[in-house]
Amino acid sequence: MPPSTKKKTPTTRGGRQPKPAASELAARSPAELRVALAQIAPLLGDRTRNLDKHFEQIEAAKREGADLVVFPELSLTGYFLRDMVPEVALARSSLEIAQLIEAAGSLSLVAGFVEEAGGHQFHNAAFYAEAGRLLHVHRKVYLPTYGLFEEQRYFSPGRRFQAFAASRLGRVGMLICEDLWHVSAATVMQAEEVDVLICVINSPARGVSGPKIATAETYELLARTMSQLLGALVIVVNRVGFEDGLCFFGSSMAVGPDGRVIAQAPAFDESLTVVRCDLHELRRQRLITPLGRDEQLLLTIEELERIKRRRYED
Amino acid sequence: MKTDPIHVDLSINPALVEAILVRFIRSEVTRTGFTRGVLGLSGGIDSSVVAYLAVRALGADNVLAVTMPYKTSSEATRRDSQAVVADLGVATLDVPITAQVDAYFAAFPDATRMRLANKCARERMTVLYDQSAAFEGLVIGTSNKTELLLGYGTQFGDLASAINPIGDLYKTQLRALAAHLGVPRAVLDKQPSGDLWVGQTDEGELGFSYDEVDRLLVLLVDRRWQPAQLVDAGFAPEFVDRVLKMIRRNQYKRRLPVIAKLSERTMDRDFRYPRDWGT
Repeated sequence: MPPSTKKKTPTTRGGRQPKPAASELAARSPAELRVALAQIAPLLGDRTRNLDKHFEQIEAAKREGADLVVFPELSLTGYFLRDMVPEVALARSSLEIAQLIEAAGSLSLVAGFVEEAGGHQFHNAAFYAEAGRLLHVHRKVYLPTYGLFEEQRYFSPGRRFQAFAASRLGRVGMLICEDLWHVSAATVMQAEEVDVLICVINSPARGVSGPKIATAETYELLARTMSQLLGALVIVVNRVGFEDGLCFFGSSMAVGPDGRVIAQAPAFDESLTVVRCDLHELRRQRLITPLGRDEQLLLTIEELERIKRRRYED
Repeated sequence: MKTDPIHVDLSINPALVEAILVRFIRSEVTRTGFTRGVLGLSGGIDSSVVAYLAVRALGADNVLAVTMPYKTSSEATRRDSQAVVADLGVATLDVPITAQVDAYFAAFPDATRMRLANKCARERMTVLYDQSAAFEGLVIGTSNKTELLLGYGTQFGDLASAINPIGDLYKTQLRALAAHLGVPRAVLDKQPSGDLWVGQTDEGELGFSYDEVDRLLVLLVDRRWQPAQLVDAGFAPEFVDRVLKMIRRNQYKRRLPVIAKLSERTMDRDFRYPRDWGT
């Protein structure tokens, strides 16, 4: 089955979309995974209205027959929060997150939030929920603090890149924005043998001399490289809209395990793009290029131990 | 001055820039509950580009282009502004500032022409902000990156605005964007001038061309070259030094007034909220 896409503009309040025909649902292969890329423009620091946006997109994704809906980094709060960080933070056990998980029902869900953890530390975090349960929270490990970024001023870093098992997706890894730029993330995700890598990002546009925004080109390169290195399906969801002059460029995408872009959302504007992915492609790709089979994990560990002794212990 | 042997890429993809800036204007105007914008139109490239972008973002009915001539303003200024207005079909208002400026300087007949130029810029600012209240629109700024870096503008005058779509584009990049947007040929071809006094041109007053200084600025500011490396690469040391001093000396124009810190939380120091807070 060739991958195909369906694009919809975001549903507004009261907007109606046709339900998928019964014959279309019946014809679905068990290997088909429909991923909805919820490319929204969160309001900066307005958790209540952002929660409503999530409910709308969850309903739209359900109407499209999606299995999984992915929102961008910090989708419940917006990005450039500064002193608002403690004001918009939520515990992972909060009512708001429970409401989202309940609304999603059988639709699996990834959304971004500011997590207030023990000791009143704040994390730039994203959660994965399915079938009414919170399965995993990833806390952003690499917090950019250079140029226009100032995340280490407000957030504590996550300490793990840990994959988890999800019912239909297999092993899932999650990364947040800057995490994707670090080879350590690729190395750990390779060792974790992930099938699906979900990257939620808030990338502002920089560089306007080429056919595409320079940062958009870089993210496409990173996502395609990551999918080839891991032989995994890579989902990247970026936000859109403006905050203090920063333009978040969207262009969310799904990249197959062969490194090819299956589908891409439009630049700049809100959209819900539903991508049909073929999970059988993972097996086929790993037969064609069995990088995971040949990976020498023990060699990596031994070499890193040797380097650790040289750099930290001698 | 030695010629610059380094290839400096100041090119832009104007369609991409337009796509971003049109959305920027729409987003920044509407997020605070407005639907309209007001701008001062001089007939130069910068304000013309902003007028074209604003009309594409908000619609011609929602943009007010205000012309504010002083008695020495040139005929070309009037003619080129009219060409832009006619092409865009935008609402326009002519508010001459001669009477109020001359009434003020009647008490200060020895004022320098720089004082007169700054006074005119600030007079125009007050007109724009008053018309912004009458038209119920935000003031859209027209200062480019070259001017902002060199401090070549009047604080609380032409540098004042609610939002500025072109502040991250160098003058030479604005020419490319202007051509893409269909700005009239007469505007594209003329010498940049603040029309501050009869015969004034920007390049004559600055002592270097926008092409030269933009190549230097992009290396210094965007590519983070060190001054000594720029001199090694062929830029005249006195030119590099002069531009560096202009950037540093005018930093105050790019910031809010400095506040003496006394408490635990002080505006813009440790009371740190984004401008777009809650929107």
